Amino acid sequence: MELLITVIKIVAVMGVMLGCVAYVVLLERRLSAAIQNRIGPNRVGWQGLLQPIADVVKLIMKEDIVPTKANRFLHDLAPLISIGVAMTTFAIIPFGNRISLFGYDIKLQIADVNIGILYILALTSLGVYGLTLSGWSSNSKYPLLGCIRSSAQMISYELSMGVSIIGIIMMTESLKLDKIVEMQAGWHWNIILQPIGFITFLVASFAETNRLPFDLPEAEPELVAGFHTEYSGMKFGLFYLAEYSNMFVASALITTLYLGGWQVPFVHSLGLSDFWISIVQVFGFFVKIVLMVAFFIIIRWTIPRFRYDQLMNLGWKFMLPIAILNVLITGLVILLI
Amino acid sequence: MLTEFGRIFIFLLIGVVFVAGGLAVAWLIRPHRWYPEKLSTYECGESPVGNAIVKFNIRFYVVALIFLIFDVEVVFLFPWAVVFQKLGMYAFVEMMIFIAILLVGYAYVWVKGDLEWDKPVPQIPKLVKE
Repeated sequence: MELLITVIKIVAVMGVMLGCVAYVVLLERRLSAAIQNRIGPNRVGWQGLLQPIADVVKLIMKEDIVPTKANRFLHDLAPLISIGVAMTTFAIIPFGNRISLFGYDIKLQIADVNIGILYILALTSLGVYGLTLSGWSSNSKYPLLGCIRSSAQMISYELSMGVSIIGIIMMTESLKLDKIVEMQAGWHWNIILQPIGFITFLVASFAETNRLPFDLPEAEPELVAGFHTEYSGMKFGLFYLAEYSNMFVASALITTLYLGGWQVPFVHSLGLSDFWISIVQVFGFFVKIVLMVAFFIIIRWTIPRFRYDQLMNLGWKFMLPIAILNVLITGLVILLI
Repeated sequence: MLTEFGRIFIFLLIGVVFVAGGLAVAWLIRPHRWYPEKLSTYECGESPVGNAIVKFNIRFYVVALIFLIFDVEVVFLFPWAVVFQKLGMYAFVEMMIFIAILLVGYAYVWVKGDLEWDKPVPQIPKLVKE
């Protein structure tokens, strides 16, 4: 029975997540169009709402091309690593409190791993392999440049990401994500208690997801399409899916760590039953993620792309010292107050 | 009884089934019409010149080394941060000394210039004739 509940939960979460990711693509296209004073895709279905389905069908129908010079095995493996890493991170994010359904007490989190944050950091660093292998195995110049850039960028920003989370762990005394969310009940969100950590983590997650202003691995004007220049058809589709899943997961992670997760302030004063409180909390979590994704997209059209040396300077000379300073300040505040 | 990592394993399995399903459907539906030109490496329409798998700049290697050292530091910080409030001031000062030692190395690398990246030096042609 427990196994069945787990499987149902997993299928539901995965379905909702992939559906959301497909519509994040549409949201990005429509929002970009609005910012650039265009219309954007609006023909397939009402206001373009069926566009993601049309895109998937188109990608499935496309021919898959592997260059003769490429390393066939690694070329096939790379998109699988990317999408696997992007999706598996979502397994430990708590998306709601407990809920009672048909007499079962269900926890709204797939796996409550006791090393939560370490698991996330381990997986995000594995994500580099997908990009690096895809660039190297294509045996083409643009992908190679993209993969060198992506690995240097991701290892530079992973440090500040790890160090900025340490402030939260010092306050929570646990690596479990649901403990971290419980700590943020009411208005005690970590964004208020850890403003410096929040900013460094936000910038680092932009760099880790390769979003503008940090999208040098696939800088279109210089590198054609960066690391996935030699990909087509469904394998390109998997990279595309992985990129947007990464953005979605990063938003979920920022929400969980800094914006209170599924906590909705003042929900207990509305006089709802426990069941409806849980529903409101899940909905609140979802709204926070969508706002965060919209923030990612708006930033894309606000800040121009960094030059490479600026990117490395920011990572090594500003983010890392600030993140370490944050640990120092947090420690002093906890000890002295 | 299912362990927490067991659940993640099931998640991974279902994910694999989903992705493999997508790839298999695509393999069945899509056209397979290859010819040598189509399978050549992309290089803006020209015939590709040389091999792309080359040795790259040593600078990259130095950054990777610095990353390794600091990543190990972060690994030490995690268990310390979990029990930090129980240990109190003593452990805090101890860890700050540890970080300070690493920061000396960091300052050394900075002064040596290993964190600097080659800046593009644009050659702007002069319009004024001498």
